[in-house]
Amino acid sequence: MSPRLLKKALLRLGFWCLIGILLLYAVFPFYYAIVTSLKPSSTLFEVSYWIDRPDFSNYAAVLHQPSFLKAIGNSLVVALCVVTLALFLSLTAAYALGRVKFRGRGTVLMMVLGVSMFPQVAVLSGLFEVIRALGLYNTSWALILSYTIFTLPFTVWVLTTFMGQLPHELEEAAIMDGASPWVTLTRVLLPLLWPALVTTGLLAFIAAWNEFLFALTFTLTDTQRTVPVAIALISGGSPHELPWGLLMAASVLVTVPLVILVLIFQRRIVSGLTAGALKG
Amino acid sequence: MSVSTPHASCDEPLLARETPIQRRRLRAAWLFLTPMLLCLALVAAWPLLRTFWFSLTDANLADTRGATFVGFSNYLFYNGSGWSGILVDPQWWNAVRNTLHFTMVSVGLEIVLGLLVALLLNIKFTGRSLVRALILIPWAIPTIVSAKIWSWMLNDQFGIINHLMLSLGLIDMPLAWTADASLSMWAVIIVDVWKTVPFVTLLMLAALQMLPSDCYEAARVDGIHPLHVFWRVTLPLLMPALLVAAIFRILDSLRVFDVIYVLTSNSSSTMSMSVYARQHLVEFQDVGYGSAASTLLFLVVAVIALLYLYLGRRQLEVRS
Repeated sequence: MSPRLLKKALLRLGFWCLIGILLLYAVFPFYYAIVTSLKPSSTLFEVSYWIDRPDFSNYAAVLHQPSFLKAIGNSLVVALCVVTLALFLSLTAAYALGRVKFRGRGTVLMMVLGVSMFPQVAVLSGLFEVIRALGLYNTSWALILSYTIFTLPFTVWVLTTFMGQLPHELEEAAIMDGASPWVTLTRVLLPLLWPALVTTGLLAFIAAWNEFLFALTFTLTDTQRTVPVAIALISGGSPHELPWGLLMAASVLVTVPLVILVLIFQRRIVSGLTAGALKG
Repeated sequence: MSVSTPHASCDEPLLARETPIQRRRLRAAWLFLTPMLLCLALVAAWPLLRTFWFSLTDANLADTRGATFVGFSNYLFYNGSGWSGILVDPQWWNAVRNTLHFTMVSVGLEIVLGLLVALLLNIKFTGRSLVRALILIPWAIPTIVSAKIWSWMLNDQFGIINHLMLSLGLIDMPLAWTADASLSMWAVIIVDVWKTVPFVTLLMLAALQMLPSDCYEAARVDGIHPLHVFWRVTLPLLMPALLVAAIFRILDSLRVFDVIYVLTSNSSSTMSMSVYARQHLVEFQDVGYGSAASTLLFLVVAVIALLYLYLGRRQLEVRS
C-alpha cells in the first residue's frame, strides 16, 4: 500500500473512532438506564453492560403506583395547556411584532428577551404570593400559569422570526380585499405557519414537561405532582438505599416519548432552536 | 446574528403614509399584543417587583401580608456588636463561589466540546443525519432524570463509572463522586456538560453552515494547512455565534438549580445561589432573607444580560 493510501485509511479509521466515542458518550447513559431498569433486584448490584434476560418487574411495580400514573397525567395536562396558551398568546403577539411596524416594537421585543433571561428563583416569592391570592396553590393551574414565564418569551421570539419571513404580497392582497387583521392572521398567515407552530409547540412541550423548580414549590400533595418531582421524590427505606431499578424504570418511561419525538422531529427542533438563538 | 431583533417585513409601499388602513393595523397590533403583555406582567413583572419589596421586609412564607418594612437589614445590618445579613453570610459567599466555579468550568467545557463535535459533524459522511439526531438525546432527557441516571452511574459502591475505572486501573479505591466534597462539584459539571453539549453543537453547526465557501476554496487552492485555516478563518468567523452560545449558557448556569438539588441536595460544597435562595425561601420559610438572595442573583444576571445587549447593539451598529 502506498504511503498516501495508508495515511488516508488511517485518517478514516480515526474519524470513525471519534464518531464512535461521540455516540457512546451521548447514548450510553440512557442505554445503561434501560439495562438497569430491566434487571431484577437480585442482580441489580452486579455491573453488566447488556441484558441477557429482560425482567419487567420494575416496570410493573412503577405502573402499579397510582401516584406515578397520576403524575404522568398531570404532566400531560400541564404541558398541553401550556403549549396551547403560549401558542395562542404568542401567535397574536408575533403578528403584531413581525408584520406591523409601530413605535415601541423594539422595546417590547427587548422586554420579551429580558424575561427569557430571568433567573426563575427571582420571581419565586412574588409568584408564590400571586398563586396563593388567586387560590391556585397546589393545582395544575398554578403550573400552567407560571410556566408561561419561560415558554412565552421563547415562542414569541421564534414565531416573530418566522412571521417576518413570510412574503408581504399575501398580506397586501388580503388588505386590498378588505380583510381585517384578525382574518388576515387566521385565514392567510396561519396556514403558512403550521410548520413553525409545530416546532415551537414541541419545544414548549419539552420545556414544560421537564420543569422542576416551580413544580416542586407550587404543588404539595402526591395527587398534584408532575413527573420530574415524582421522580426526584422516589425514595427507599433510608436515604442511602434508593430503589434504583424502580427509579430507572420510571425514568425510562417518562423519557422514551421525548426521545421518540426528538428523533422524529429532529430537523424541526434544530431549526426552532437555532432560529431562537442565532437568527433571533 | 447576535441580537439582531427579528425584522418585520413592513416596508410595504402600500402603507407608507398614515392611512385609515394603517391606523387600523396599528390599533390591531396593540390589541394583539395586549394578552401576551398582560400575561407577562402577571407572571414576571409583578412577581419580580414583589420579590424586590419582600427583600426589604421580614416577610414569612406562612403569611406574606403581615410583613413589616425593615430596610436593608436582610442585606446588611449592624446590631450593636457585629454585622449580620446576607452580605456577611459565609454560606452566601460560598454559594456565589460555587456558582461562579460551576459556570466557568462547565461553560468553558461545553463551548470547547460543542465546537469540536460540530466540526466533526460538519464533515459529510453516510449516516450523518442519524448521528446528529442521536446526539440530541441528552438534550431531550429531563434534567431530573439525567441527574438520577448519572447519580446511579456515579454511585460509590455499585456505579459503573467506578467499576470501569477500577478495572482499567485508573483508581485503586472506589470514589464517592456525589458525597466527597472535592469531587461533588465535578459530578455536577459532568452531568451538566453531558446534557448541554448538544445545544452548543447545534448552534455551532448552524453557524458553520452559514460560512462562505469561497474562502475555503481559495485556501485549498493556495495549499494552506487546514489548522491554519481553522485559526485564521473559521474561528474568527464563528466568534459571534460562539459568543451567543456562551452568553446563553452563562445565563443558564448562573441560575442552576435542578441538577444540583437532585445530585447533591443541600450539600454546602455544591450549593448554588438559586439553591441557597430557595432553601431560605421555602425550607426556612424566611421570605425576606430568601428574596434578598434572589434579588442579588437577579442583579448579577441582569448586569451580564445588559452588557450582552449593549455589546450586541454595538456590534450591530458596526456591521451596518
